[in-house]
Amino acid sequence: MTVDVKLPEDMELVYKYPDSLTEKETHYCPGCTHGIVHRLIAEVLDELGIKDKTIGVAPVGCSVLAYYYFDVDFAEASHGRAPAMATGLKRVNPDKIVFTYQGDGDLAAIGTAEIIHAANRGELITTVFINNAIYGMTGGQMAPTTLPGQVTTSTPFGRDVRLAGYPVKMSEILATIPGSAYITREMVTDLPSINRTKKAIKRAFLTQMNGLGFSCVEVLSTCPTNWNVSPWEAMEWVKTNMTQYFPLGTFKMTEAVKALKVR
Amino acid sequence: MAKELLKGNVAFAESAVRHGLQAYFGYPITPQSEALEHLSRRMIEEGRVFLQAESEVAAINMVYGAASAGVRVMTSTSGPGVSLMEEGLSYIAGSEVPVVLVDMMRGGPGLGNIQPAQSDYFQITKSMGHGDFHPIVLAPSNVQEIIDMVGLAFDLAEKYRTIVIVAGDGSIGQMMESAELPPMQPVREERPDWALTGKGDRKEHNVITSLYLGAENLERLNLRLQAKLAEIKENEVRWKEYQTEDAELLLVAFGTMGRIGLSVVREARKAGIKLGLLRPITLWPFPEARIYELADQVRGILVAEMNAGQMVEDVERAVKGRAPVAFHGRTGGVIPMVDEILADLRKLDEATKA
Amino acid sequence: MGRGYVVIDADRCKGCELCIHVCPVHILQLSPDTFNAKGYHPVIVTDMDKCTGCAACAMICPDVVFTVYRRKRKPRKVAAAANA
Repeated sequence: MTVDVKLPEDMELVYKYPDSLTEKETHYCPGCTHGIVHRLIAEVLDELGIKDKTIGVAPVGCSVLAYYYFDVDFAEASHGRAPAMATGLKRVNPDKIVFTYQGDGDLAAIGTAEIIHAANRGELITTVFINNAIYGMTGGQMAPTTLPGQVTTSTPFGRDVRLAGYPVKMSEILATIPGSAYITREMVTDLPSINRTKKAIKRAFLTQMNGLGFSCVEVLSTCPTNWNVSPWEAMEWVKTNMTQYFPLGTFKMTEAVKALKVR
Repeated sequence: MAKELLKGNVAFAESAVRHGLQAYFGYPITPQSEALEHLSRRMIEEGRVFLQAESEVAAINMVYGAASAGVRVMTSTSGPGVSLMEEGLSYIAGSEVPVVLVDMMRGGPGLGNIQPAQSDYFQITKSMGHGDFHPIVLAPSNVQEIIDMVGLAFDLAEKYRTIVIVAGDGSIGQMMESAELPPMQPVREERPDWALTGKGDRKEHNVITSLYLGAENLERLNLRLQAKLAEIKENEVRWKEYQTEDAELLLVAFGTMGRIGLSVVREARKAGIKLGLLRPITLWPFPEARIYELADQVRGILVAEMNAGQMVEDVERAVKGRAPVAFHGRTGGVIPMVDEILADLRKLDEATKA
Repeated sequence: MGRGYVVIDADRCKGCELCIHVCPVHILQLSPDTFNAKGYHPVIVTDMDKCTGCAACAMICPDVVFTVYRRKRKPRKVAAAANA
């Protein structure tokens, strides 16, 4: 994007459109945190200088069209299978950086086996896991991470744990697996948390670049449309409600990952 | 290269290695697990990629990933595994990346048993997944043929950017026969320009997808796929004939059943019945034109299969009513005996005598 | 001119108002009387002179609407020399 503006000479550029994003305007709803996380990933790819050797794997979900928004080679996986597809891609392209971008249904329902086994093998891939406690693309049904009592289009009386079980805490589960090198849960509700999430994503990609093991950044995210709230209210809901059930923090970080210099 | 005594499963696995297989992702399932075991050693020895996946679902998606990166990749399984792979195969077909799948068929449906069968015919020739599509299906009948067809499968898959299924059965997989393996071919270094290898200094980033949200766009993909299938139908039909020149009755059978068919022809001729055999090599594209031709020459056609009647429907369709079509089949992994088939042949002979 | 300056790509804006909530000097609002190509009221700056160039807007914007500039800080040595 070119900027046609006459600025005084003592002004410097502080933030510009990331190279790793295409110019295409996204189809995401207003205020959807997909936009923020896409941007953070793109900024990280730019800053690490790995754009030209990165391959992404898109899920089935609202971000199924992620391949229009990132200016990197991309594959479209079937629902839940991104970690398996990424495994195939990485094993035959060991010098490239491979990441999956998955929602909660993709990763924690249909794809539970694939993510656990990718972590188990210590697959040198990075997963960005967008947890917004609902199935966005298909119209707001219950997700494995939907909170108890949460009303969705398939839990009209609120999630009843006796019938539908409890929300699945994937970061905690993945952290128990030896092949996992870096497992962390973040959110993007305000500036400090956005900065922490960006740093986590950068550490995760560095984990892969240094061959240290499987890395996954779970990002507590919003779905204003299906939660029936405004974008800012949705951010508040993540801060006050979701973090009660999904505590933020790093659940697994090997010594080698800890030692990485993440600027 | 010299002939050696080879087990079918080991033979097709080693053939793939010799034909430059770069990656294998599979899951154990009887009756083909020896292939996975053989590859677990050989692929590592040759510095190639091998991984035993957590399921057939995962395996086919790993194959999809590697195929998207433009490498020569294969998996192998049996009927229940193909069922699990159908989703992945449909995506692979829609994305037009080349994949070879070896299906060593067993008794079904359901868990069935581990005996040889041909009951996946519909599954693999009609679509092997949702959507309008056919893979190329090659049907070997012995160990040498499965060795050769693996090489052919890779060439066809890459030529047309499509799926090629090599359809054997448990007996071909388990039997040991004298056969010759090809010499070791080098692994291809370059990747096709559509492959996912990192954008590098390409002008545009590559995308491998089967998603086309706009109806006209998806129709365009389908028309392209159909045109490709038409080209395959035009150029890649293969079959073998045995004593059809003067045949009055025709036996149509594939794979192991085709092999038994050779004995049926010999026994029939001894009994004074002028029987010929047509053994389809490509189950898809099916040798319809040739069968239609032969239907004019013969009085009747007997189709023999190890299933409840699947290829017989394609024969009936090809014959267009020109000659009566009879069927002999056994299910459950039972292998028909020559005299059982002859009994049905005699019935057909009697029924069609002028 | 203030310390900061932002350029808004109005047609990218979806009127989500996240930036409005995080701007520390409260100079962002949705345009009351214009629409962009998508049909949203895009964000506008009410008083650019107050902009600090903190880039909070850019960091929370899901649609990469903002390009942010900031007056370079004088290097300490020069400032010290100036004060000497």
